[in-house]
Amino acid sequence: MAARKLGRGVALVGAGMTNFGAFPGLSTRDLFVDAFVEMRNSVDKGFDPADIESLVIGNYSSTLFENQNFTAPFMATALGLVPIPATRVESACASSGVAFRQGVMNVASGLADVVLVGGIEKETDLPTAKVTDTLATASDSQFENPSGFTFPGLYALLATAYMDAYGATPETFMQVGIKNHENGALNPKAQFGQSIPQIMASKRASAEKRGKPVPSWDDEMGFMHDDRSNPVIAWPMRLFDCSPVSDGAAAMLLVAEEIAHNFTDKPLHIIGTGQGSDVPTYERESLTSLKCAKVAAAQAYEMAGVGPGDIDACEVHDCFTIAEVIASEDLGFFKPGHAHGAIAEGQTRRDGARPINSSGGLKSKGHPVGATGGGQICEIWKQLRGEAGDRQLPGDPSVGMTHNLGGSGMAAAIHIFERRN
Amino acid sequence: MEDLPFNGTGFYAYLKQRKLMGVRNKDSGEFYMPPRPMCPKSHSTNMEWEEVSGKGKLLAYTVITVGPTHMNEAGYGRDNPFCCGIVKLDEGPAVSAQIFGVDVKNPESIKIGTELQATYIERGQGPDSKTYLGFEPI
Repeated sequence: MAARKLGRGVALVGAGMTNFGAFPGLSTRDLFVDAFVEMRNSVDKGFDPADIESLVIGNYSSTLFENQNFTAPFMATALGLVPIPATRVESACASSGVAFRQGVMNVASGLADVVLVGGIEKETDLPTAKVTDTLATASDSQFENPSGFTFPGLYALLATAYMDAYGATPETFMQVGIKNHENGALNPKAQFGQSIPQIMASKRASAEKRGKPVPSWDDEMGFMHDDRSNPVIAWPMRLFDCSPVSDGAAAMLLVAEEIAHNFTDKPLHIIGTGQGSDVPTYERESLTSLKCAKVAAAQAYEMAGVGPGDIDACEVHDCFTIAEVIASEDLGFFKPGHAHGAIAEGQTRRDGARPINSSGGLKSKGHPVGATGGGQICEIWKQLRGEAGDRQLPGDPSVGMTHNLGGSGMAAAIHIFERRN
Repeated sequence: MEDLPFNGTGFYAYLKQRKLMGVRNKDSGEFYMPPRPMCPKSHSTNMEWEEVSGKGKLLAYTVITVGPTHMNEAGYGRDNPFCCGIVKLDEGPAVSAQIFGVDVKNPESIKIGTELQATYIERGQGPDSKTYLGFEPI
C-alpha cells in the first residue's frame, strides 16, 4: 500500500500549557483558559479567536475526576467559542495525542482552516485511592483488575518480561528516572522539577531541621535503592519509576499550511501522524514491545519520509520508566534489547547522542493524563523553535517527535514535526 | 455444558464452580480464554465451551505493595504485598491472575517460566462473594 498522505498540509502555529501540578480550586475549564492564554501569546503574529472553526478536546475522565461529563462544549463556553463544533476525544492517557490527530485530520480534510486542540485533566480533587480506581477503568475491568492489577503493576509486567528477555536490571529504570528529573529541574512547568541530588539535599535538610537521623546515601543510586526514600509500588517499579497524579491543560493551534504565514514565520509542519491500537496485556504476542506504538511509528515515519535517525527532539510517554525504555526501541532509536545499554551509557541524556524527554517527561513534568500528549507537543514546539531555555537541545533541532500511549499500551498516537525556516 | 453466555459472565459463573473454561470456535477451530461471543479471526459466532487443564507457565509478573481498593479490602498492602502475573496456559491462550505460593518478600526470586496450576479464591460474604482465578507453583 502506498504511504498515506494528508489531504493538505497542516501546521502548528501556537502551543501553550499550564504548569503541571496540584491546583486546588481550579477546574479543567480554568486550567484550559490558562493554557489557551499561553498558546495565544505564543502565536508570533497574533490571531483572532473568532477565526477558530473547530475545537477538539482530549480528556480522559473529567467524568469521574470532577463529576463533569461532556467537557468539550464547556471548554468552548469558557473560551467564548460557541457555536463552533466542539468534540471530546477519549483514549485514556493518549487522549490529547489522539485529539491532536483529529485536529490535524479536521484541517487536512478541508472542513476547517483553523482548529484549536486542547488536552485537559483535573485529578487531584480525589483521594489517591479513588484516583487509582479511576485510572484503573482504562484497564480490563473483567479480566485484569480482578487479579489485583494497577497501572504500575501492568507496566511492571513489561519490566519483568524485559529484564528476563534482555538482562536489564532495576538500575536501568532508576537511570531513566534520574535522567528525567535532571531534565525536569530545568523546566519551570514541571510538577516535580527537582533533580534527584536536589531532592536528596532537601530530604537531608528536612531531617536535620526535625532533629531526625539524616539519611546517608552514597549517591543517587543509593537514594534510588533505599526502600524509605524510594519505596516499591509494583516491583520492579518504585515511586521514582512512576509518574505522579497531576492537574493540567495544554492548547495547540493548527492551521492549513497555506495560511500558516499569517500566524508565524516559524510554524511547525505536521509531516507525520500515526495511530494504533492493541489488545490487553495478557493477550499480546510480545511483552517487551508495544505493537500499537510500532504500528503508529511506522505510519508516521512513512508519511513523513524520515527515519529514526532524522529525529532531533523526542518526547516519549514515560508513564513508568519501563515505558521509556520500550518506547526508545519501538520508535527504532535502539534495536530490541539494546535500550538498557544505551541508557546506561547516557545516550538518552540531553547532551547524549539520542536525547529523550528533554522536558523531564511524565515522570518529572507530571502526567495529567488527558493533557499529557498536548504537554509533549508543547515541548517539541519550544525545542524546534529554540525557545526551551536552559534545557534547549544543542544542534538547532528541526525535526521532532511525540509518542503518546493510552492505558497499558492499548493505544498510541505519534506525530512528527518539522521546522523549515 | 450449561447454557451460559460466551463472555465474562459465563466465565465467572464457571469459575464459581471451580471450572476454568474457554471457548472454541467451531468454524475456525480457534480457542479463546477469556471467552468471547465472536472469533476475532473468522468473525464466526459459532462457539462452544471447553475446559482447560489449568496448567501453564508464568510469562511476566509483579509484586504489588500499593494495590487497588478491592485488594486493600482483602487485606493486602505495604506489609502484605501480593504477586500477580500473566500465565500462558498449556492450551495456548494467556490469562492474568494472582500468583500464590511465591516469595513476595523477595520478588527477584520469582522466576519467569515457573510451571503453575490454577487455584480458586473466594472473597466476600454471602451473595456478594466472588470467585477469583489464581495460580500456584506445581
